[in-house]
Amino acid sequence: MTDALRCAAGEWVEVEWVLLEPEERSANLPEDTASQPLLTWVKGFALSAADVGEEVTVETMTRRYVTGRLSAVNPGYFHTFGQPTPELTHVGADLRVRVAAYRAGGE
Amino acid sequence: MRRALGMDYDEFERSPVAFDYEAMMAAHGYSFEDIVTIQAAGGVGGTPLLELRNLTDLVRSYSEPGFGARIFVKDEAANMAGSFKDRRASVSIHVAKEKGYAGVIAATSGNYGAAVASQAARAGLGCIICQEAFDSRHVGQPEIIEKSRICEAFGAEVVQMTVGPELFSYMLELLDETGYFSASLYSSFGVSGIETLGAEIAGEMLERTGAFPTAVVITHAGGGNTTGTARGLKRAGATSTQIVSASVDLSGLHMASDADFNRKSFTTGHTGFGVPFATWPDRADVPRNAARSLRYMDRYLTVTQGEVFYVTEAMCKLEGLERGPSGNTAMTAALSLARDLPRDATVVVQETEYTGAGKHHWAQLNFAREQGVEVRAGDPRESKPGTSIVIPEKPEQIRATDFDLAHMRRSYVRNALSHAGEGYVPTTDDVEFLAEDTNSTPVEVEAILAALKEA
Repeated sequence: MTDALRCAAGEWVEVEWVLLEPEERSANLPEDTASQPLLTWVKGFALSAADVGEEVTVETMTRRYVTGRLSAVNPGYFHTFGQPTPELTHVGADLRVRVAAYRAGGE
Repeated sequence: MRRALGMDYDEFERSPVAFDYEAMMAAHGYSFEDIVTIQAAGGVGGTPLLELRNLTDLVRSYSEPGFGARIFVKDEAANMAGSFKDRRASVSIHVAKEKGYAGVIAATSGNYGAAVASQAARAGLGCIICQEAFDSRHVGQPEIIEKSRICEAFGAEVVQMTVGPELFSYMLELLDETGYFSASLYSSFGVSGIETLGAEIAGEMLERTGAFPTAVVITHAGGGNTTGTARGLKRAGATSTQIVSASVDLSGLHMASDADFNRKSFTTGHTGFGVPFATWPDRADVPRNAARSLRYMDRYLTVTQGEVFYVTEAMCKLEGLERGPSGNTAMTAALSLARDLPRDATVVVQETEYTGAGKHHWAQLNFAREQGVEVRAGDPRESKPGTSIVIPEKPEQIRATDFDLAHMRRSYVRNALSHAGEGYVPTTDDVEFLAEDTNSTPVEVEAILAALKEA
């Protein structure tokens, strides 16, 4: 994760803001959702220098101007594959044996 | 809203219950041939149809003698942005461009966002994708984080939000602010775009096997995939092909729950969308939903998360096809279906989708474990969505479950009546409409209405 705590003007950043406070949210939400604010994040180019947590305006890819708290500078993507699932690692070998045995059986 | 959709839905309304569906579907003015041309220019369609001989023989190895249908798959991952959703997006983006809009907006956490972003990039249009991406701890479902990444890779502005249906009202605000076109998943533009998929399958199967497919299995969520594919099959003459929708069983999980959000390993193609959209399609972000799956479904099968992960792994190892997750839901149902059909029958799974970091079955299972969901081997019937994922130990354990279509039809009719307003009495025309919209008969609808009256 990027650990920059400050952006310069023109840098690619992410801002966040509260779109709805809990009391402003839709009726009929489950309690666990209704008790939380609705948060929003958008990325764009910072119009000015700012520290993380400070308000800053960004110009997004659609040339909209959006203002929020600076939440990340040059945010990355860190989703992955991770380790193979032990409950699945045997599947390929098992099934290849079964198909071969079926075909050897004259079908 | 009318400006953002580029068409007036009021002209199709016949009563508080009925509307003219076919007139709405034709109103965009593009013929089927126009759509094929638009898609070809967009790099969409004409994907390979693959016969899966190894999976077929695997199923035959445990089927009753003489059983085990041939299994085929339409490799929709070969589309520009990696899924059949490109077909849906291509028409909307073409319309937006032709009508002079500066950009498009869609609310989707799925492959549709990537498709819209990719087609918008080619057309030189601005693009905003609104995604429900995080729970209140800012933990993102890895599949959705991958969708955020790919949309941004294609130059879209991605608005990421925490859990909640208010995303749709924010999308409406953005439509107002930008004057962009609403590339709704549920417009007639989008659903018409899927008809080419059904038509390609009908034509290619006829050429390859001398007959239309016995059954086509379709991963089902909002209903567009079932609707568009079925319409395309029928258009091409495959009127006796069985239309089988399939979803992952996520019963018991609440789709608007912050706590449940990251306890599911499938972000779409599941019953949490599949059942409510089939039983009340007009819950969508357009006045009348073009995706009306109950009109076309002959069967609705559910499978468990663990079964789909097992089949995903089997597809990799036996067929050299690393795909998923969503299309593999239909593949899982297809293995179960093929087992019960004779050997000369054919079953077509009508889509694959791209996979990769975040979307991959290992990524999902690792994430599920991190969220406290138990993952173990055993009988998949013992799994409980949100609590446990049980991966089969052998392929014989893959058994899809039939969802009760009669129950869904009753729900649909009840929903249609409640939206018509207190005390509304359906006319003969309404009954005929309800019969068409539920793939049943006026007599059956009358029986449902009589039962509802008594209740």
